[in-house]
Amino acid sequence: MRHVISVQDFSAEEIVNVLDRAETMVDIAKGEAISDILKGKVLACIFFEPSTRTRLSFETAMNRLGGGVVGFAGTEATSVVKGETLADTIRMVSGYADAVVLRHPREGAARLATEFSDVPILNAGDGAGQHPTQTMLDLFTIRAELGRLEGLNISLVGDLRYGRTVHSLAIALAKFGNTINLVSPEGLEMPGEVISHLEETGRFGKACHSPEEVIADTDMLYVTRIQKERFPDPVEYEKVAGMYRVDPELVSRGPEHMIILHPLPRVNEISPEVDSMPQAKYFQQAFNAVPVRMALLSMVIGGQFDV
Amino acid sequence: MSEKYMKVQRIEHGTVIDHILPGKAFDVLRVLGISNDRSMSILINSHSRKGGTKDILKIEDVELSDEEASRLALVSPHATINIIVQGEVVKKFNAEAPELVRGVLSCSNPNCISNQNEPIQSEFRLSKDADHGYVCSYCERDIVDLARRFRS
Repeated sequence: MRHVISVQDFSAEEIVNVLDRAETMVDIAKGEAISDILKGKVLACIFFEPSTRTRLSFETAMNRLGGGVVGFAGTEATSVVKGETLADTIRMVSGYADAVVLRHPREGAARLATEFSDVPILNAGDGAGQHPTQTMLDLFTIRAELGRLEGLNISLVGDLRYGRTVHSLAIALAKFGNTINLVSPEGLEMPGEVISHLEETGRFGKACHSPEEVIADTDMLYVTRIQKERFPDPVEYEKVAGMYRVDPELVSRGPEHMIILHPLPRVNEISPEVDSMPQAKYFQQAFNAVPVRMALLSMVIGGQFDV
Repeated sequence: MSEKYMKVQRIEHGTVIDHILPGKAFDVLRVLGISNDRSMSILINSHSRKGGTKDILKIEDVELSDEEASRLALVSPHATINIIVQGEVVKKFNAEAPELVRGVLSCSNPNCISNQNEPIQSEFRLSKDADHGYVCSYCERDIVDLARRFRS
């Protein structure tokens, strides 16, 4: 039985296998081909925290493969409000389903769930912790749009301190031999342990405070949201957010083949005029969640993680 | 003018912990649960013959057990423990940091699932980094201020 908890648990070869399988499922994800490889199987999606894309794309993925979905989003109508432990919830749910997708506000929740589950757990985000399926769909999008997953100049922009997703992405991209630039406001820089990891693997490009410094050599610009609540002074937030706003003028200074990704939801960090530019791939990225999650579900439920 | 020295005396019975990481002597006392009503000598940042500095503890009438040595190793690995009986060293060993620590510590991340009311034991792995720290097996964060994370 294979759980999907952290992208660090997967070798580069295993990740490529997932991406290859996802590629074969794009037509099914679009509804242009029919599959029933998970017919009769049940997926439990239990979301203790709000989610739009992650929950809907997991549910779509399971439905497109012929399986059924049960679950809840928000804990109001569940035993959790009565004080049930996560361990007990998982024991119960794993008896009802063939795999469990879990989102939880506490870091390490998915790891705990694996200790009490008889079926595979897929981590859909645990607090500020891991979100491995997001990293895999980011990698899928890069490969699909740029034709390869190695030897690229990647610039990660925005709040690099608090979002663990962007930490996992940086480490995974380094694993494939890409050079990583880090662009963030002061105080929201990438944590030291991730920078050390990039330096050790020889994949650390440049750290700076302005996207303009790296845009000319960037193959992929990964933009993340700068959260207002990180700034005690709203004026300071507006100033910083303005400096990190990706607009057509900035995009035009990058190479023509450059792509722009964003895990969404975006607020102001990419101006809507960029949406119609060929570099904007973030909505394609959101769609790619479906084939990638289809691939993972088919592999963990079908027991096909035999690499 | 005569120079005056105040020497740290040998102990007749007890434990001498040598080669403690500089500045960690009080953390060692904390994790061993040794209170300040005992007779002991504490040397901070003492010059080491091997170069650099170290802390030394001489604690009278206490013989450190292997279990206590493991606790000590969590905050200062590679310290040397000498058990003294009647002025002689009867046992000498090093405190080696265990690879895995279960149940003894609590995670310093307040949002870690291991700090909630769940039926699990906390678990920490020895970090591969050179800092001899520990990483929570659940939230994967480094434990901060380890000497204060012992569960009472």
